[in-house]
Amino acid sequence: MDFLRPASWEEALAAKAEHPTAVPIAGGTDVMVEINFDHRRPEYLLDLNRIELLREWEVGEENVRLGASVPYTQIMEHLRAELPGLALASHTVASPQIRNRGGVGGNLGTASPAGDAHPALLAAGAEVEVESVRGSRFIPIDAFYTGVKRNALQPDELIKTVHIKKADGPQQYSKVGTRNAMVIAVCAFGLALHPETRTVRTGIGSAAPTPVRAREAEEFLNAALEEGGFWESGKIITPSIAKQFAELASGACNPIDDVRGTAKYRRHAVGIMARRTLGWTWEQYRGTGRTLEGAA
Amino acid sequence: MRVNFTVNGRPQEADDVWEGESLLYVLRERLGLPGSKNACEQGECGSCTVRLDGVPVCSCLVAAGQVEGREVVTVEGLAEYAKQRAEHGGACGTGACGDNGTSLQAAQQWSARPSGGAADSRTGEGAELSPIQQAFIDAGAVQCGFCTPGLLVAADEMLERNPSPSDEDIREALSGNLCRCTGYEKILDAVRLAAARQERQGEAV
Ligand SMILES: Cc1cc2nc3c(=O)[nH]c(=O)nc-3n(C[C@H](O)[C@H](O)[C@H](O)COP(=O)(O)OP(=O)(O)OC[C@H]3O[C@@H](n4cnc5c(N)ncnc54)[C@H](O)[C@@H]3O)c2cc1C
Ligand code: FES
Ligand code: FES
Repeated sequence: MDFLRPASWEEALAAKAEHPTAVPIAGGTDVMVEINFDHRRPEYLLDLNRIELLREWEVGEENVRLGASVPYTQIMEHLRAELPGLALASHTVASPQIRNRGGVGGNLGTASPAGDAHPALLAAGAEVEVESVRGSRFIPIDAFYTGVKRNALQPDELIKTVHIKKADGPQQYSKVGTRNAMVIAVCAFGLALHPETRTVRTGIGSAAPTPVRAREAEEFLNAALEEGGFWESGKIITPSIAKQFAELASGACNPIDDVRGTAKYRRHAVGIMARRTLGWTWEQYRGTGRTLEGAA
Repeated sequence: MRVNFTVNGRPQEADDVWEGESLLYVLRERLGLPGSKNACEQGECGSCTVRLDGVPVCSCLVAAGQVEGREVVTVEGLAEYAKQRAEHGGACGTGACGDNGTSLQAAQQWSARPSGGAADSRTGEGAELSPIQQAFIDAGAVQCGFCTPGLLVAADEMLERNPSPSDEDIREALSGNLCRCTGYEKILDAVRLAAARQERQGEAV
């Protein structure tokens, strides 16, 4: 094994181009587990810790530009107003020690259907900026997850920045697990209200081969809210709309039975979380018009 | 490969390090510092917790090569680290103020012992301990002791950040550390005790 320690982004891209099989290591909270247990013996480890730009973020007009290696702890501490859904999701990851090292770039790299960043990114709306010596490109988050633990990266590409839409309304994240800390999601649900465009977006975790949006549920809800004039009046969403939204969210799942839960349970729980997160965010929207702060 | 980094305020060099090796392995097997414990090697138990540039991390999940040029504090250096902090305030974040820190040899031989004469390892009397270590002894928070080093490092860091933690803050800060013996109540007691003592001392100054 070789340990490559590029000091700059350009050096990292050059190293990845020269050694496409090199495994990038950021926080190491996924990679090191695999190495410790001999599940992976990469020829090259490509350390990203020395690359300052991956640890930086910038709040722009419309987007937050989040460096791939910004640890969850920083997101929770500094980006709660701009990215409430992702901040809430970050808080549910593992433990302080893990959150001090792991970040969204690694979560995207692993692309586990159970990764907590994914539903929040899907709900908020995001693009992943990836780069290689050949140039850079923006991958819409909906197109990033291509299969179980597979993503749209080419072998010579690295994730540079995640461009996430700044919240323009309340967002929530809900996760089912056996306890509060140190738990991989049985299933999870992210929801974001976007009053500016009068749309609702969602993200489902751990209930399909990849993280997915509940598109039919979104379309139904968007139409129902528009028709009923809910965005202007801010009135309570009727139980029948909430119920149908929940059922469609359940229907968007394509889960499996595994040690953490059965497919049936996951479908059921996703429906419940869809209804609840809709209720929570809508209350927030009604209450203050626009409360952006997550309750992490 | 060779890795140069600072451990407990002193520069160290580890040789013949395998590229896939963890920081935990380097500390225990290359530098002879077995204070950080190895239980799971997958980030679940927190018994390997050390501070990397001041931040608590699981040393089993940090690749050795990633610590090149960086600062690590282990439980063996905790007493000195806390002392430096008390003397120099927050300014000495690394325990490397002046010519202090803990030498490798002192760290390897570390035990709850006084500078001269005998210490009682049960009560900590006459020993050079950090306040959190003393509080763990006084509150009876140590049984088999395997989880203790990781808990000490995590709890000490929380008290540095948050001198008057709520119970919820304590639970949150220690949520990455498993203990199979105590049932956690006495560990919580110990952290509350250390916080209360710290507060009293702050008032006295
Ligand atoms: C005890 C424990 C509990 C956990 N609990 C959770 C949890 O509750 N929720 C959750 O979502 N995850 C959890 N995880 C998994 C892990 O912490 C997350 O997936 C984390 O986001 C990984 O980030 P990292 O920086 O540590 O990634 P690394 O381990 O460094 O890398 C992960 C993958 O991404 C690739 N990669 C990293 N950076 C880049 C980049 N810039 N460009 C291209 N590829 C890159 C790596 O090559 C690797 O394939 C847990 C892990 C442990 C050990
Ligand atoms: S040994 Fe590192 S967390 Fe258990
Ligand atoms: S005292 Fe035995 S594991 Fe905590």
